[in-house]
Amino acid sequence: MIKPYIKTQTEDFDIEAEIKRLTANNKNIGAVVTFSGLCRDEEGALSALELEHYPGMAEAEITRIAEQAIERFGLDGISAIHRYGKIAPGENIVLVVAASRHRQAAFDGANFLMDFLKTRAPFWKKEHDIKGKEGNWVDAKDADDDALSKWDA
Amino acid sequence: MKLVYFAWLRERLGINEEVVELPKDVETVANLFDWLKARDAVFADVFEHEAIIQVAINQKHERDRGASISTANEIALFPPMTGG
Repeated sequence: MIKPYIKTQTEDFDIEAEIKRLTANNKNIGAVVTFSGLCRDEEGALSALELEHYPGMAEAEITRIAEQAIERFGLDGISAIHRYGKIAPGENIVLVVAASRHRQAAFDGANFLMDFLKTRAPFWKKEHDIKGKEGNWVDAKDADDDALSKWDA
Repeated sequence: MKLVYFAWLRERLGINEEVVELPKDVETVANLFDWLKARDAVFADVFEHEAIIQVAINQKHERDRGASISTANEIALFPPMTGG
């Protein structure tokens, strides 16, 4: 039984190290897909995003989605790391690594996990503008909900 | 029972969490919403557009407003999620 590696943390992550975590003990992996989500500056308007999360439930929800991805796509490994706290433009927010024997499962697994993470994992983003002022909470996008429909079996 | 609040809900209510003793007739999520609104004008204001408020019971999503809260230790209320 493949177990997902799921973490929430304030510090940055090391993508190379996270790939090795999945591949080091399984030489039958032929494909690794990584997705990283970064903080945008919205064309110079933002100085930071502040990520709030629900400790416990955040990890549990991502784990549940990751377990579905393992089962559905037959993955050989999957990891997700989501940062919280204040994150500057250009910095990493989230990492997903999916590993499988052939590429399609790894692409699909990473895509599936991100789509569900966006709308099911309890994280919220608040904008800080370039003058350092706290601004708006980011609104949820209908497009994120719509993205889920492609996984309807 | 513990109630926890997140994001703009937390900010507008001015509290992160609270422990409440609910009356016996507050049995569902919908009852809880009504009870909170009746208790406090700030809640009534924040819950004006309550359809967008999401609920987790014991850290699991609960979309049914008719769901029982009788076995809940912790209920979280929060806006739609924007992680990733």
